[in-house]
Amino acid sequence: MSQAAEIDPAAQLDAAYDGLRLAGLTKSFAAFTAVDDLDLDVPRGSFFALLGPSGCGKTTTLRMVAGLDSPTSGTITLAGQDITRSKPYQRPVNTVFQSYALFPHLDIFENVAFGLRRRKQRDVETQVADMLDLVELGSQARKRPAQLSGGQQQRVALARALINKPEVLLLDEPLGALDLKLRRSMQIELKRIQTEVGLTFIHVTHDQEEAMTMADTVAVMNKGLIEQMGAPAELYENPRSTFVANFLGQSNLIAGTITSRASDVVTVDMHGITVSVPTGRTHTDGDAGWVGIRPEKVLIGEPGEELDAPGNTIPGGVVTDVSFVGVSTQYLVRMPWGQELQVFQQNTGRVRMFRVGESVELSWRPEYAFVLDQSQDASAGAQQVGVDG
Amino acid sequence: MAETTRRKGRVGYLLILPGGLWLLLFFAFPFYSLVATSLYDPSGSDFRGYEMSYAFGNYVDVIRDYWQPMLRSLLYGATATFFCLVLGYVLAYAIAFKSGRWKVLLLVLVIAPFFTSFLIRTLSWKLLLADDGFVVDTLQFVHILGADDRLLATPFAVVAGLTYNFLPFMVLPLFASLDKIDYRLIEASGDLYANPVRAFFKVTWPLSLPGVVSGTLLTFIPAVGDFINAEILGNTNTRMIGNVIQSLFTDANDYPAAGALSVILMLMILAMVIVYVRRAGTEELL
Repeated sequence: MSQAAEIDPAAQLDAAYDGLRLAGLTKSFAAFTAVDDLDLDVPRGSFFALLGPSGCGKTTTLRMVAGLDSPTSGTITLAGQDITRSKPYQRPVNTVFQSYALFPHLDIFENVAFGLRRRKQRDVETQVADMLDLVELGSQARKRPAQLSGGQQQRVALARALINKPEVLLLDEPLGALDLKLRRSMQIELKRIQTEVGLTFIHVTHDQEEAMTMADTVAVMNKGLIEQMGAPAELYENPRSTFVANFLGQSNLIAGTITSRASDVVTVDMHGITVSVPTGRTHTDGDAGWVGIRPEKVLIGEPGEELDAPGNTIPGGVVTDVSFVGVSTQYLVRMPWGQELQVFQQNTGRVRMFRVGESVELSWRPEYAFVLDQSQDASAGAQQVGVDG
Repeated sequence: MAETTRRKGRVGYLLILPGGLWLLLFFAFPFYSLVATSLYDPSGSDFRGYEMSYAFGNYVDVIRDYWQPMLRSLLYGATATFFCLVLGYVLAYAIAFKSGRWKVLLLVLVIAPFFTSFLIRTLSWKLLLADDGFVVDTLQFVHILGADDRLLATPFAVVAGLTYNFLPFMVLPLFASLDKIDYRLIEASGDLYANPVRAFFKVTWPLSLPGVVSGTLLTFIPAVGDFINAEILGNTNTRMIGNVIQSLFTDANDYPAAGALSVILMLMILAMVIVYVRRAGTEELL
């Protein structure tokens, strides 16, 4: 018997994958399942965001990768090695905790040196000094955590994890406690550091904007499952479920019936108006669907006005609300079937503003629209938009 | 503005007043009286009365006569404190981190002995360690104790009694300290390559030091001065300084010597506490 024949093909596949792989990962608590049969590949060196509302299972997933919670079933492999049952202190994984969890009895220097000292590393002094310089806290080395500001504490927490050069760095809503301005600058800083050190970052957040700005891959999680995964632009432009369409940005979802399917285009009857959508953007097999369109993709004009041919034109709208927010004007337009659609018009200076009560016509390009399964809740994920921790 | 500050100051004084008066009456004055008594002419008696003669020689005399029980007290107190710390830490740790919904019940059980008097509890140890009691019988049966060996009226009985009686004073501050520790810090230390043993010595133990310091003080100070345990569970060779002071006061009516011993005991404990708290590094303790 040859040696190669003894190797299980599945195991061989795992061994070949150098990133982090979660397979069939499940975590059940007494009453509910926090993470449900999750399969996920995180490529080595990527900045990966796990995005979802609170209670969606993202933090539980993170804790299982860190080893702080053990999965009910499933496996976690890192660079081909099964780490499902290994203890947290045996894993080449470090965490930046939401609460920072800095040791209050140690100064900043010793906090950052903690991991190195536990592993009996050499040159602790120089490594820590370099790391503190990286996060611009060199002058604070002998202070206690309680003497630092929230933003500085966050950087200490990052330095304390990063200095160990883990295979995977886990970030559990690390910016949640910071104010908006500081959060923006820390986002840029984190991204810079990730590019510099080239480690795999897994960032858990409920802030869709944060996930999209920082990560190169975003997995949207809901009720213990991954709804959709991909590059931020891909998720935003072509959502596959109503949850993703609403949780990432905002969407108009209009009920429609699919009347014909061709190889490249699908036509939908939307309350008597026929619109077309590319086949690749139609994510339902049934006839009933939601036609989705982002508010900023909708053009608004006077009835009969030539807007942006060859578009889908939807006549008969009446403006019911106008808010001018500077860069754009946001309209609510009541359609003949009673639904109010959102329209964002960019303030280019070449368009005129409409007033409440004016009759308008809406239009969008077919390649911007998408069709979702009508069995999904049209408001799924919507309530979380704008709710920011 | 100045008016309100002044009023606040006045309120502060008023609040201090009741407690301050109480301490003045029942601590400062008796303390003065004790120090004064310790310097009376040692030849005085209840018949002839006492005379203030600044007899500092009293101090030299009592140290010469009673250095043994004094040393024994410190030794017994320290030993009992050590056992209290070991037993109490494990207990407090279990209550703080592992007891779940039984936490309150267990805490009530820790203080439950206080519902009975100190004396009764110590007397019950006398029964427990009695020569024909269950404990001695069992230990003799398994040949840990010889046929003529006893537990009652030995140093072991005194230290065991002290340990038992002062254990709650150790457990409660330790529990308060341990319960306050953010469990996420222990998780973080695990995440940073500390195995459970290291995590304990690098995170849990240092963060519990305030409880260790107050627990050992609350145990050691009363244990050193205790006389009930040595009286009930000990013999003439296990007399502690408290027994000496008590018999000087009540049996021998040698008030100056008793006073001098009391002052020495107090100063000794005070000095040790100061050194201890300095060494434990209160500035390290948040």
